[in-house]
Amino acid sequence: MSFLGWITLAPLFGFFLILFLPRNNPALIRQVTLLLSLVIFAGSLGLLSGTQPDTNVPWIPDFNINFHLSIDGLSIWLVLLSTLLTPIAVLISWKYIDHRVKEYHALLFLLEFGVIGVFVAMDLFLFYVFWEVSLVPMYLLVGIWGHERRIYAAVKFFLYTMAASVLMLVAIVYVYLQAGTFSYPEILRMIGSSQLVFSPTAQFWLFLAFFVAFAVKVPLFPLHTWLPDAHVEAPTAGSVMLASVMLKLGTYGIVRFCLPMFPGAARECADWIVALAIIGIIYGALVALVQPNMKKLVAYSSVSHLGFVVLGIFSFTQYGMDGAVYQMLNHGISTGALFILVGCLYERRHSLEIKDYGGVGTVAPWLSIVFVVTTLASVGLPTLNNFVGEFMVLVGAAKVSLTWAALASLGVILSVCYMLWLYQRTFTGETPEEVRKHVYDLTPREWAALLPLVILMVWMGISAQTFLPRITASTSPILKQTTVNVPFQVQDATPASQEVADAR
Amino acid sequence: MLDSFIPSWAELLRFMPEIILSLVGSLLVMLEPVTGPKSKSMLGHVAIAGLIVALGATFVAHANPGAAFSSMIVVDGFATFFRVIVFTVGILTIFSSYQYLDREGSNRGEYYALILFSVVGQSVMVVANELIMIFIGLEISSIATYVLAGFLRDDKRNNESAIKYFLLGSFATGFLLYGIALIYGATGTTDLGEVRQAVLQSAEPPVLLLSVAAGLMFIGLGFKVSGAPFQMWTPDVYQGAPTPVTAFMSAGPKAAAFAIFLRIFVTVFESVGDRWEPLIWASALASMTIGNFAALQQKNFKRLLAYSSIAHAGYVLVALTARSEIGTASAMFYLAAYALMNMGAFAVIAHVAGKGETTVDVSDFAGLGAKQPVTAALLTIFMLSLIGVPLTGGFFGKFYIFKAALESKLLWLAILGLLNSAVAAYYYLRVLVVMYMEEPSARTENLEPMPMSLQAALWLPAAGVLFLGIFPSAVLEFASASARLLGQ
Repeated sequence: MSFLGWITLAPLFGFFLILFLPRNNPALIRQVTLLLSLVIFAGSLGLLSGTQPDTNVPWIPDFNINFHLSIDGLSIWLVLLSTLLTPIAVLISWKYIDHRVKEYHALLFLLEFGVIGVFVAMDLFLFYVFWEVSLVPMYLLVGIWGHERRIYAAVKFFLYTMAASVLMLVAIVYVYLQAGTFSYPEILRMIGSSQLVFSPTAQFWLFLAFFVAFAVKVPLFPLHTWLPDAHVEAPTAGSVMLASVMLKLGTYGIVRFCLPMFPGAARECADWIVALAIIGIIYGALVALVQPNMKKLVAYSSVSHLGFVVLGIFSFTQYGMDGAVYQMLNHGISTGALFILVGCLYERRHSLEIKDYGGVGTVAPWLSIVFVVTTLASVGLPTLNNFVGEFMVLVGAAKVSLTWAALASLGVILSVCYMLWLYQRTFTGETPEEVRKHVYDLTPREWAALLPLVILMVWMGISAQTFLPRITASTSPILKQTTVNVPFQVQDATPASQEVADAR
Repeated sequence: MLDSFIPSWAELLRFMPEIILSLVGSLLVMLEPVTGPKSKSMLGHVAIAGLIVALGATFVAHANPGAAFSSMIVVDGFATFFRVIVFTVGILTIFSSYQYLDREGSNRGEYYALILFSVVGQSVMVVANELIMIFIGLEISSIATYVLAGFLRDDKRNNESAIKYFLLGSFATGFLLYGIALIYGATGTTDLGEVRQAVLQSAEPPVLLLSVAAGLMFIGLGFKVSGAPFQMWTPDVYQGAPTPVTAFMSAGPKAAAFAIFLRIFVTVFESVGDRWEPLIWASALASMTIGNFAALQQKNFKRLLAYSSIAHAGYVLVALTARSEIGTASAMFYLAAYALMNMGAFAVIAHVAGKGETTVDVSDFAGLGAKQPVTAALLTIFMLSLIGVPLTGGFFGKFYIFKAALESKLLWLAILGLLNSAVAAYYYLRVLVVMYMEEPSARTENLEPMPMSLQAALWLPAAGVLFLGIFPSAVLEFASASARLLGQ
C-alpha cells in the first residue's frame, strides 16, 4: 500500500479511534479530532510532492475488484480541499455541537473517508462504494444535528441521491459485463484502442445513468430541489462539507467518468446540458435574490455557481474545462467561508432571517471585513479566486457560442446584486437592539477557521499558476479522450494547450 | 439385498447433523419435566450446544461429500451452505429468545425442542435429493413452526398467527404434493437426478405435464418463501408470532424453501425453463413492488419487516429468473446475508418489545440512539444492510443478484428492482430517523440494559453482515463452486 492508500484510510482510522474514546469527555473528543484531522491534512500535503504511486490491492478477486487508488491533477486539489475543510469543520462545531459530540466527530471522519475515497478511486466498484458510503454520514449529520425541518431535509437528500445512484450501479455493472473489468484505466485503454465500443444507443443510456447520478449531486437544474433544504437545515459544518466537498463529487464524476467513457453521448447531449446549466445559473441567482433566509440565499447561489462548472465542462474546450475544475475549488473555498460566516451570525443571534440583522458592521468590524472579502470573492472580483475560474469558463463558453457566454455572464451580474444586497442589509444601517446585545466580533477560534480560507481566496486569485498546470495536465488527456469514437469531427485538441499558454 | 438397507458409516456421517439435532431435541423434551422452573434456560444452552455440534458435524460431512441412503439425500456444497445458514439461524434465534420468554413467563423446554425439530426439517430439506424427502423435510419444519408461531397460547395474536399460518401452509403443501405426484406420473421416479435424466433423454418430454407440475410446485414454494401473489399471509403471521419466532420464520424456513426451490427448478425443470421464466419474472417484480410499497405505510415494526421480507424474496426471485450458475450463487449469498441482517433486526425488536409486545411500533424506538447507542448502532448496520448500502452484506448480495440478472439480459428487471430498492430506502431510513432524530419514547426511557444472550444475538449477525460486505470473497467462492456443481 502506497502513501496515498494510507492517507485515504487515515480518516477511517480516525472514525474507529473516536468510537473508542469515552463518551463523557467531549473536550477530549474535540481535541483528538482536531489534532488528527490536522495531521491528515499535513500528510495529504505530502501528496503534492512528485508523482504518487498508485495503491492497487486485490479486494474481491472473484470479480476482479481491486482497491485501486490513484491521484492526479484533477483529484489532488479536491482531496486537499477535503482534508483542509475537515479540521475547519471541527473548529466551527466546537461550541455549536453540544450533544452527541462523540458520534458527530466520528461521522465527520467517516465523511472525510468517503469523499477522499470518491476522489481517488480508480475502480468503478470501489468508486460506487465510496460514493454511497459518503452519503450515510452526511445524512446523519443533517438529520441529527440540523435545524427544525432537519428530518425532512435529510431524508430528501438521501432518497434523491440514492434513487439516482442505483441507476449508475446498473450502468457500472453493464460496463463491467462488456469490458470484463472494473478497473477504470483498463476500461479507458480499451475504449481508446476501440477494443470496447458501445453502440450509440447503449452509450446514450449509459451516459444518462451516470450523468443523472452526478447531476443530482451537482445539483443541476431541475434536480436541485434537495439542496436548499439540506443546506438550510444542516448544522454549519454540515453545510460547509456539503457545499464545498459533496457537490464536487458530482462535477468530479462528470469530468472523470462521463466524458472519457461516453464521449459521443456527452457531445451529443452537450447542448441541452448546457441549456440546463445556464437556466440553473440564472434561475439560482434570481431565486437567491429574493430569499429572506441567509442560508437559503447562499444555497441557491451554489446552484448558480455550479451551473458555471457544468457549463465549463460541456464547452469541451481546454479553457472551459480548466476553469470548471478551478471553479470547483473556488466554490468550495468561498461558499465554505460564507457558510461559516452565516454560521457565526447564527451562533450569536440565533436567527437566519436577514431582517433580524442590520448594522452588524458597527459591533463586529472584523466579521464584517471577512464577510466583505468573501462576498467579493464570491461575486468574482478580479484578484480574488472566483474571477479566474469564471473568466476561464466564460472564455471557454464564448469559444463555442457567444450566446452561451452572454447568458451565463448574466449570472455574474446577478450574483453581485444578491450578495452585495445581502451584505448591505445585514452589515450596514441601523443596529437593532438584539444585534447590539448578542453579536460580538470573531473569536480566535473562528479566525483560525476563516483565515486559511481568506488566504486561499487571495492566493488563488493572484497566483493561479500554482494550481492550473497540474489541472491542465490532467484535463487535457480527458479532453483528448472525448475526441475518441466521436462520429463528427471536432477541432484538434492539441492547440488547446497553446491557447492556455497564451492566456497566461 | 439386505446389505443395501444397512447404511454405511460414511452415509451416517453425511446425515450426522440431523441425527444429532433429533437426539438433542428428544433429549430436551425428556429433560423438560425434570428441570425446575428457574433453570429452563439451561435447556436453551443445551440446544445451542447441540446446534454448534451439528455445525461441526456439517463440516465433517462436507469433507466426505456424496449421496446417502440410496441417494435420498446428497451432501454437496450447496447443502452445506444452507445447512450452515439454518443452524446459524437456530443459534441466533435461541440467543434472542431467553429474555423474551422470561419476560412473557413462558420459558419452557418445548420451545427449544421445537426450534431444533424445525431446524432438522430445514436441514433435511436442503440435503434432500428426492421429492419425497423434500416433502418430509418441509413438513417437519412447517409443523414445528406452526406450533412455535402460537407458542404463547394465551395470546390472541399468537393464536391468529398460528391458525393462519397452519391453514394456508397446509394448502400450499398440498399444491406442492400435487406437483410431486405429477412429476412422478410423468417420469416414474421421484429422484431428482433420475427425473432430470428422464426428461433430458426422452425424445418427447411431457412438456405440458412438467409445466403444470412446475406451476403447482411454484405455488407451494412461492407460499413458503412469501413471494407474490402468495404473500398474503406474511404480514399477519409475522406480526402475530412471538418476535424471536418471527425472526426464525423469516430466515430459516425461508432459506430452506429457497434451497429446494433452486434445487428443483435449476435441475428438474431446467428443460422447461422458458415456460416458467416469465412466471418467476412477474412474481419477482410483483413481490418487490408489493413488498416495498406496502411497507411504506406500516407503523408496526414487525409488519414493516414482514413486508420487507416479501420484497427481499422478490430480490432472490430475480436471481432465480436469471437461470444461471451465477444466479444460483447470488441467491445463496443473498440468503446468507439476509438471514443475518433480519435476525439482527428482529433481535432488537425482541429487546424493545416489552411484555406482551405492547411496544413494537416504529415510534417506540424513538430516542434509542441516545439511550442505548450501541444497540442503535447495531440496528443501524442492519438497516443499512437491508437498504443495500456498500460495505454491508446486503449491498454485495444485491449487487451480485443484479449483476446476474444483467448477465442474463434481464435489463428491465434489474432496473425496476434497483429502483425498488431506492423506494425501500425510505422506510428503512424512517427507523434511523426515529431512533436518532426524535425525543425518547416512554419505552426507550425505561429500557432495561441488554442481557448477554441478546448481545450475542446482535453482535454475531452484525459482524457477519460486515464481514460479508467487506470480505465477501470466501463465501462467494464457496457459493459459486457449489452452484457450479448443482447445475451439472
